[in-house]
Amino acid sequence: MSMPAKSGSNRTPETGAFFQRDRTWHPPALTPGYKSSVLRSPQKALLSFDNTLSEIAGPVFGHAMLGELDADLIHNFAKPGESAIGERIIVYGRVLDERGVGVSGALLEFWQANAGGRYRHKKDGYLAPLDPNFGGCGRTITGEDGSYAFRTVKPGPYPWPNGPNDWRPAHIHFSVFGHGFAQRLITQMYFEGDPLIWRCPIVRGIADRAAVEALIAMLDMQATIPMDARAYKFDIVLRGRRSSLFENRPEGN
Amino acid sequence: MTQSLGRMKESPSQTAGPYVHIGLTPNFCGIGGVYASDLGGAMANEKTRGERIGLRIRVLDGTGTPLRDALIEIWQADADGLYNSPAELRGAADPNFFGWGRCPTDMETGLCVFETIKPGRVPYQDGRLMAPHISLWIVARGINIGLQTRLYFSDEAEANAQDPILARIEHRVRVPTLIAERQGNIYVFDVHLQGDKETVFFDS
Repeated sequence: MSMPAKSGSNRTPETGAFFQRDRTWHPPALTPGYKSSVLRSPQKALLSFDNTLSEIAGPVFGHAMLGELDADLIHNFAKPGESAIGERIIVYGRVLDERGVGVSGALLEFWQANAGGRYRHKKDGYLAPLDPNFGGCGRTITGEDGSYAFRTVKPGPYPWPNGPNDWRPAHIHFSVFGHGFAQRLITQMYFEGDPLIWRCPIVRGIADRAAVEALIAMLDMQATIPMDARAYKFDIVLRGRRSSLFENRPEGN
Repeated sequence: MTQSLGRMKESPSQTAGPYVHIGLTPNFCGIGGVYASDLGGAMANEKTRGERIGLRIRVLDGTGTPLRDALIEIWQADADGLYNSPAELRGAADPNFFGWGRCPTDMETGLCVFETIKPGRVPYQDGRLMAPHISLWIVARGINIGLQTRLYFSDEAEANAQDPILARIEHRVRVPTLIAERQGNIYVFDVHLQGDKETVFFDS
């Protein structure tokens, strides 16, 4: 009998089911303080079942699809020789799973408002101006150890129509595609020290303070580029998975 | 004291918000020139094996109004029931079928249209075959954590009747919420977020 593949290796694919989600850790579907959730939240019980291959399997995104500037939001929409306005930052970290194993080959897509808190979207009517050199989207694929990095400007906070005076803390949206379709996750990264975090109705949908803190990136002065950009470290954790070594499988394994 | 399991917690989900298109389908919302094309658009090419089908999917809120700012991703097996994935150990899937697609709902009508092929049957853990199905993941403003469900096919009544996942639905009146209606080569599927016709969503 051969040795089992090293956990998390992408050479021998893992085929175990994902750990069940802790739905008390995530925000529930209905969070009335965030008004949009009221008519968009399922009210009946979810159907629970252990993953089948349909949930365990997922596509592979190759590095070949990436363009040279995909992970550089300062330049990927800018005119030649120009760059986006704002505080220049590096965001870096790792995508891990709940076992602490780096998730290689994960597709990360991120989007954000510009330095003034305005999105390049026809539905955003905030009076802060668009930056002609800032589109607001980027993407990358994690390395062997789950690491990633991209360059951008720090997004501004902005007011939004929910309560009469609600403001979103500065944030970057992350979409994460790990190894299985059931690992799919969208979340938001917040910035250390922002007083708007704890006032935000979307953030406050998360019950556990430690869970909110898991979404707050820390300033890392050791990773800054002197005279260029500060750095924030943001690790993302996806669902872990069981070993399939001892599971009955009618075929394969 | 004991040893620690040393586990981490999954990052909490946060809503995709109203501007999800900027990140996931920038060309769709007018941000051109960053990516050559939006990911997940073309699912089948002329060499893909299997029956060509279209999916017309809407997502309706608690008042019955279609969401016009949602985004749907689908994931499915090829015509032989094989996934194009490293986790597929039973054989090589059709190299001309990626199996994954992404579509924002139309900003006026709320309609999502996928051009794909009808999937084959995939085995359940115990080896029984599941009915042909497509997995869905739905995000939008107001949805705090992505919604998982499946689309089954109305012309597969016999397979649907034996499907181990559909069999787990206690209230049988809710089973039709997962079955798309065939109209020619198009399957029509309305996802209801709330109400009497609320779709069965999964925790899997």
